[in-house]
Amino acid sequence: MATESDLSCSGLVRRFGNNAAVDHVSLDVPAGTFFSILGPSGCGKTTLLRLLAGFDKPDEGDIFIRGHRMNEVPPNKRPVNMVFQHLALFPTMSVGDNIGYGLKRKKVPAAERRKRIARVLEQVGLPELENRDPQELSGGQRQRVALARCLVLEPTLLLLDEPLGALDLKLREQMKIELKHLQKQFGTTFVYITHDQSEAMVMSDQVAVMKNGRFEQVAPPEELYRQPATPFVAGFVGDNNRLAGTVVSVADDVAAVRLSDGAVVRGRVASAGLAPGAQAELYIRPESLSFSQTAAGGGSSSLQTRVRTTLFDGANSRVEAESNGQALFARLPQDGTAPALTPDGHLELSWDPDLARVFGASPQ
Amino acid sequence: MIRSVPRSRLFDALYLSYLLAFFLYLALPLLVTAVFAFNDSPFPSLPWQGFTLDWYLADGTDGRTGLFHDDGLLSALWVSTKIAFWVTLVSVGLGCVNAVLFERVEFRGKELLYLLMLLPLVIPGVILGVSILVFYSGMANDVSRLWGIELDLFRPGLTLVVMGQVTFITTLATLVIAARLRKFDRQLEEAALNLGATPLVAWFTVTLPWLLPSILGAAAMAFLMSFENFNTTVMLTGSDTPLTVALFNRLREGSTPVLNAVALFLMLVSALLALFTLRQKS
Amino acid sequence: MNSSVSRFSLWLLLAPFLLWIVLLVLVPHLQMLRVSFQVRESWDTLAWGLEQYQNFFSESYYWRTFVRTGVMSLFTTFLTLLIAFPIAWYIARLARGNSKGILFLACLIPFWASELVRTYGWMILLRESGLFSSWLQALGWVDGPVEMLYNDVAVIIGLVYNGLLFMVVPLVTTLDGMDESLVEAGYDLGGGHGTVLREVVIPWAMPGIVSGCIVVFMLTLGSYLTPILMGGKDSAWFTQQIFTQFITRFNWEQGAALGVLLLVLSSLLVWLGLKLTGQSLRKVMG
Repeated sequence: MATESDLSCSGLVRRFGNNAAVDHVSLDVPAGTFFSILGPSGCGKTTLLRLLAGFDKPDEGDIFIRGHRMNEVPPNKRPVNMVFQHLALFPTMSVGDNIGYGLKRKKVPAAERRKRIARVLEQVGLPELENRDPQELSGGQRQRVALARCLVLEPTLLLLDEPLGALDLKLREQMKIELKHLQKQFGTTFVYITHDQSEAMVMSDQVAVMKNGRFEQVAPPEELYRQPATPFVAGFVGDNNRLAGTVVSVADDVAAVRLSDGAVVRGRVASAGLAPGAQAELYIRPESLSFSQTAAGGGSSSLQTRVRTTLFDGANSRVEAESNGQALFARLPQDGTAPALTPDGHLELSWDPDLARVFGASPQ
Repeated sequence: MIRSVPRSRLFDALYLSYLLAFFLYLALPLLVTAVFAFNDSPFPSLPWQGFTLDWYLADGTDGRTGLFHDDGLLSALWVSTKIAFWVTLVSVGLGCVNAVLFERVEFRGKELLYLLMLLPLVIPGVILGVSILVFYSGMANDVSRLWGIELDLFRPGLTLVVMGQVTFITTLATLVIAARLRKFDRQLEEAALNLGATPLVAWFTVTLPWLLPSILGAAAMAFLMSFENFNTTVMLTGSDTPLTVALFNRLREGSTPVLNAVALFLMLVSALLALFTLRQKS
Repeated sequence: MNSSVSRFSLWLLLAPFLLWIVLLVLVPHLQMLRVSFQVRESWDTLAWGLEQYQNFFSESYYWRTFVRTGVMSLFTTFLTLLIAFPIAWYIARLARGNSKGILFLACLIPFWASELVRTYGWMILLRESGLFSSWLQALGWVDGPVEMLYNDVAVIIGLVYNGLLFMVVPLVTTLDGMDESLVEAGYDLGGGHGTVLREVVIPWAMPGIVSGCIVVFMLTLGSYLTPILMGGKDSAWFTQQIFTQFITRFNWEQGAALGVLLLVLSSLLVWLGLKLTGQSLRKVMG
């Protein structure tokens, strides 16, 4: 096993009855990185995290942390700490006692304990809150206490189980950035699970997209967004438009797809073995669509649509158009370049085929 | 009916007077009992003869014996305290184990056992006393008749009273502690393990402190219930009469203000215990 | 921890429970049942028989008291519910802030005194030389002392008083958990006070109502002090007869039979109440 990785797993399987919640997952997290596991609820990401923390045992496969096999190590002996979904701050203890809990278990002397508690509180930006009751703190402060409680132990690996879920939107945005900074500052390896793609994208060095117990793609956020490896990733990460049809030709890695109303659209081939006659899906991002009321440029692909309505949302404003019963969303730039649109009016949407991805149709 | 639905003035006035009448009904018997503990008259009734502490302090020289010089009542008080102590200890201990059993462990037949656990609540107290008397005292009789061995433990007396009261107070203690344990977030225990505690240490440093208020509350409740119980106790008591039974016997002979004095004393002790429990909860 | 609890620790946890339930509840009650079918032929010979139960049905005094106790307990339970409901409603829904807690505590405090003390208080109030009698005389409404104790009304006053706490607490708990917008929706959709109460509030409060009624009924049926101290010569209570058989007559067999009958009556009525209201014991008690 690669010893330079803080965490490495191979062929992990965890079954509940006939259903494999974690299905042959292998992963490798280099030291000091922020690794996210992104997936919809029920995809097995919580199960995977519990396997790593030791609250559950894999049916197959191995877990190595810094090269040491962890399968038989009980949770209290693993060099792994976890920030729980609901934080799990001990309600019967003060903030200081919460943070000191792990140190006490390690038999760190009281004076040393006090020093380290004060220092870590300083580091997470909550100086001198040792004697407060965790219930008195705000959501963001509690978050930081939960983090401090783990970081004070200087773990090899910090697991975070959707810890931002309970916060309101504004605070969540703020904590995302803060978590990223804290991870850099402490240099600890973070494994973060979430169903919120924005959390994963903003904070991570690497993101694994998980579905039905398997990893669909492991890549840095930008690659995930620009070059999704599977239709699921294309649909799950970021907004996307999906057009289904039949492949008519493939040339220079660009496939032409005929939609059910006869229109032909083009995009870059993203899955192997795409041949004329095959069912396919073309994915194109809302911001890649441009309004070409004038003649379309030479290499671009285009589609005739009818405007349904416009959705104003500041920088994220969109127009909802339809083509042959299929809804399409396109970004409406708010810098005055967007055309005036009227409901039921005609609208031609065009795009650079290099920005669109064509997948063989997944059996739904 | 609710605050946001308008009500008529008449309705409000009627409702308020009903409330007032209700609380008067609640308070009156206790209030008069308390007041007559200080009436300078040999009978707990009007007319008011002036204030006295005789019913607590008199030492019997002028025909009055106050509570603190009444050996019969004082020893009964001591008997009740001993019973309540043991009942509290046993039923709260059982309650803790039962709460863990029903809230944290999965096993076959759990539903049935839970219903069995609730059973003592729907058995009249007299019957609980009678059945224990019939079984244990009957057994002691049979053993004595057949083999000449005296099982005095199972003759009516302190042990049987404690057993009888434990029967139903355990159910109540279990319900109180289990309700608190149900609200415990299991993640807290996992967090403790994650921070390096062994399961046993996690239990003592995280779970038990969480349960403590309910354990103390259950203990206060068990103590009071035991102290005040009559129906089960009266069937099982032997030569050492507990306070409620002693008071009952006195009352049948005729009421004196000493009884009021005892009653007020009991109310004060109960109130203190109740306050203590409430402070624990908040 | 849960899934990995070994059989050993399961038995360790189960043992105290089983000891308690078997030795203090199941076996004694089965023995009581057995004794109730034993007929004493001489001082040391026993035979199986139904004599005790025959006695119960042939002596009208027994079964009259039995029926009377049952009917009066039901009546008391119903009366307690009627009296407690508006109070619980006020505490749960109308009182606000501090007064809510204080009113709730005021309901509890009288019950930290034992049944004996409470009954004694009522005796001081109601008897011939009691306070009510004195006050009525002082007001000039009556000429001589009036005896208000030792009749059925006095017994019911005392029994309702004993049961109130156990009715108010579950009612307040369930009503407190009710979403007020349910009631608002009831009015908004055109309901009057009556329909909203009948179709929204009472169905919601049913678990609390049933739980309160069961506890009050059990307490009343099994009460001993109140009927014996406040009741008259002809207002006997069934528990009194059980007591007499055991303590004064030493006729355990007859006493056991009467005990079994009381247990059957109470179980039957509790079961019937649960069936009629569609509740389960676990839901209303646990």
